[in-house]
Amino acid sequence: MPISTFPARFEFLDEIRDLVARVAHEGGFTEKAIYSLQLAADEAASNIIEHAYEGVANASLQITCDMQDDELIITMRDTGKPFDASNVKHPNLKADLSKRQIGGLGVYLMRKLMDEVRYESNAKTGNLLTMIKRRG
Amino acid sequence: MEITTQEFKHCDLFKVQGRVDSATAPEFSKVLEKANTNGHFKLIVDMSELEYISSAGFRALLAAQRNCKRMNRGELVLVNVPERIREALELAGFTELFKTFNDPLEAVGSF
Repeated sequence: MPISTFPARFEFLDEIRDLVARVAHEGGFTEKAIYSLQLAADEAASNIIEHAYEGVANASLQITCDMQDDELIITMRDTGKPFDASNVKHPNLKADLSKRQIGGLGVYLMRKLMDEVRYESNAKTGNLLTMIKRRG
Repeated sequence: MEITTQEFKHCDLFKVQGRVDSATAPEFSKVLEKANTNGHFKLIVDMSELEYISSAGFRALLAAQRNCKRMNRGELVLVNVPERIREALELAGFTELFKTFNDPLEAVGSF
């Protein structure tokens, strides 16, 4: 399973989305599903860069993206602040304009767009995010 | 991402091309904020050539919509929203926060 290392900077989101699109395309996903996968990967990587690595310079992000049978599996490993997904409140999608919260929307979209989203934090090896999407 | 601005008598039209993500959304926000700073609150965002937008871009749209609608002084509307982007906006519950049009002139005429 090839591991790609990216600098934890927003300028590299393009390359992360390209990697996911390439693997998903080869794996036979539809263009619509590829867009969803790119969006989920972007939201995940953006969260790591913005929150896990907040205030950290020269950090990096290790990503794998592979097909296993009919599943596309994306993993992202970082050594930033641990992420507690249970702390992320479900955004209120019915709230009116003035009360609408944008925080938590990234995680919400990831969960909606992928079939499985798992977080693991380990003091030694850091944080590991695993996202799985089955080919429909 | 590239943004071209066209000023009409009653509103401003912004054509956003390319990709809006966490890297480019701050620039998108800045353009919309600048219009507000200049006293323009009736804004149209043309998405016909927008390839991609993440929640960072949604955040920019939401902030601009709040500012435009304050004191009933205006509104931000969307034009030519591509199918995939419309689906993502829908998933985020954003479609009811923005009026959408299929034709820029129709949007211009709505103000």
